[in-house]
Amino acid sequence: MSNLAVNAADRERLLAAYPEVFHRSFMQRWGLAVAAVAVLVYLAFCFSFFNVIPTFVNGNWDRAAIYLQDWYSWRAQPRLRFQNGQVVPQWTSRGQYPDGAAIDWLKPTSNGGYTVIFGSDDRLDVTPSQVDVYIDGKLYPVAIRGDRAILPAGAPARMVQDDNKVSVRFGFAGQAEIRNNQVYVQRRFLGWANFFFDTQSPFWGRSLTSVAGLTLFGERLDPSQSNASLALDNFLNNSSWQHGDILSKLMQTLVMAFVGTLFATLIAFPLAFVAARNITTNRPMNWGMKRFFDFLRSIDMLIWALFFTRAFGPGPLPGIAAIFFTDTGALGKVYSEALENVDDKQREGVKSVGAAPVIVQRYGVVPQVLPIFISQSLYFWESNTRSATAIGAVGAGGIGLKLLESMKTNADWDKVAYMVLLILLVVFVFDNLSNALRSRVMGKKGH
Amino acid sequence: MAHATGPAQFSGLQESSRTILDHYQQQVRTRRIYTVVSIVVFLIVLAASLDFANEANSGKFFERLPYFFDFLKSFVPNSPLEIFRAMFDLPSPYADGSIKFDYTSDRIWITDSFYIPNFFYQLAITINIAIVSTILGATGAFLLCFFASTNLVGAGLTRWVVRRIMEILRAFPEIVVAGLLAAILSIGPIAAIIAVSIHTIGALGKLFFEVVENADMKPDEGLRASGASWLERVRFAILPQVLPNFVSYTLLRTEINVRASTIIGAVGGGGIGEVFSLSIGRDHAAKTYAIIILLLVTVICVDQFSAWLRRRLIGKQSFEFGRGAA
Repeated sequence: MSNLAVNAADRERLLAAYPEVFHRSFMQRWGLAVAAVAVLVYLAFCFSFFNVIPTFVNGNWDRAAIYLQDWYSWRAQPRLRFQNGQVVPQWTSRGQYPDGAAIDWLKPTSNGGYTVIFGSDDRLDVTPSQVDVYIDGKLYPVAIRGDRAILPAGAPARMVQDDNKVSVRFGFAGQAEIRNNQVYVQRRFLGWANFFFDTQSPFWGRSLTSVAGLTLFGERLDPSQSNASLALDNFLNNSSWQHGDILSKLMQTLVMAFVGTLFATLIAFPLAFVAARNITTNRPMNWGMKRFFDFLRSIDMLIWALFFTRAFGPGPLPGIAAIFFTDTGALGKVYSEALENVDDKQREGVKSVGAAPVIVQRYGVVPQVLPIFISQSLYFWESNTRSATAIGAVGAGGIGLKLLESMKTNADWDKVAYMVLLILLVVFVFDNLSNALRSRVMGKKGH
Repeated sequence: MAHATGPAQFSGLQESSRTILDHYQQQVRTRRIYTVVSIVVFLIVLAASLDFANEANSGKFFERLPYFFDFLKSFVPNSPLEIFRAMFDLPSPYADGSIKFDYTSDRIWITDSFYIPNFFYQLAITINIAIVSTILGATGAFLLCFFASTNLVGAGLTRWVVRRIMEILRAFPEIVVAGLLAAILSIGPIAAIIAVSIHTIGALGKLFFEVVENADMKPDEGLRASGASWLERVRFAILPQVLPNFVSYTLLRTEINVRASTIIGAVGGGGIGEVFSLSIGRDHAAKTYAIIILLLVTVICVDQFSAWLRRRLIGKQSFEFGRGAA
């Protein structure tokens, strides 16, 4: 494709003029390829070292789908028990409906049975002797004989005989397990169940407008307090969502980051003056202070957190202490570097009019470094808002611990999603707040 | 206009100078009032925060403080040598059958006669988690960052989508990813690797695209003039300029990820973090100090090595400020 002609003389001249372009060392030519191969070999080694394939093969992928669906939807799980020729629905303690509530997808029939509606053409008609399964409008009767439920002939793949049980899958809408003495129903709906009010609350099941109407104009539901305060109280003490608890834990996390960073700033500020060589002209003291910063910084925040959790018990105090200790080191280092880079002319100017040493620092140094200091502290504050969650999870309390507890039950993924949303929101707000403050402190040129 | 009576040295001033002085003093007074008000508000917020923290804590600060020193006093190994026995899995003279002094059974046998001390093995796992997730995260960030820079894709939909993806990856709590994966894949290092990688993509992606946006566009123009495609322009005009900074940020990230993988380990991701949280929870002083020493040495070594490598790659430019994006 090249139509550039270079004659021999030109060629020689170019080769001589730009040796670094035409004669490159081995590393310059192949360095990137060598590094890439080395990285690939290393990754392959780690692939076998960490048993990646067996771990993925043995993963509970069927449960993964359920866990992920739980993030944005909820399941109602009644057991329809057969008692004395009647069908009796039984709810677990997590039941999302109050006793005796009229449920539009679970209706009693005239012959003592129940109808479970999964969709316009999908439903179950449950009676103790037979369960009629309708899939896409077609009837597949499951007979119950003695100790087993029997799959009818010609049933679709969504109905499976599993030992004595027949299980039916309706896709996202749910599934059912038909046994000889009960039908175990799982019905899934988009959204979060009882997010605002639990079943104990008088506001349960009301639409948003009706709640608003009640709080503004309605009769007092509880004579001892106004409807608005009752609604707030019911919301915060919602037994399945625990809003009050979660918000207070979130507050703890924010307090950890705020107080920890603030104390670290206040302590690192004077210590940085001791560590800076141009301000304190005492080499052993500079050296000692810098090593002290290194020591604080290098001990992981995790170690400090676990250490103080053992001492003070779980809660925000160990979190504050952990952030305080690590960041005193980190901020001290950054501050002292900023101090060593100050312009000496301003100090000389203040010194030349006969100011005392403290005044020299106050008017010759602080105005130069204060924007940098504040900007760095804001950076750390922002970053600590995130790390306080992780610190909390190891035992320092706050939203991190709450998250970990909710995840361990494997049934509260909706609550996990809620807390993640709250954390994302808070991180977003604090990022913007700290950015705005920083650009005000540093002027328009940014950081 | 009536003037405030200033100190004696201002008495000989002209009318106009006096007005300027008055305005200046007025300004100083206003600023002082603002300063005082903001300090008072600040102190109130701080006091409220501290009180809230103290109330929320399971042990109160002043009640627990004496016990804190008791804890420190009780948390002393029987002899300083115990720490090194715990570190290298050597038999202890205090062995009484409890796991507190049982170091030898933790040995990881490689061959019949050669073993690796458990803590070193766990440390290797943690460091490998950090390195693997840095490599994966940096690769992801590298692939994404060009699509987030205004100078390469314009200010359109692509940039908006990619930047939002990065923001979410960055702010999503690592422990949630790790916890979800631990529930699916069972507890182990893979959950930690994926969790840390995801965070790394977001954090490095932001730093990377800022570097790309600050790149000199003249080489790009040259290539565009000779008819190069978008890919060729990125490869030959942008990449040579940004690669040193990319490598430097990646090294800095490795330091941060060593710490992050320790923390994820303590939450259940395996490695030294888990061993540490177990040993401090069970009051095994010698083991705890052994791990603290190991972690301290590791973090210092990793910091020094990466600082040295960064200096070699891009000279004296300081990237300490990059921590803010963590």
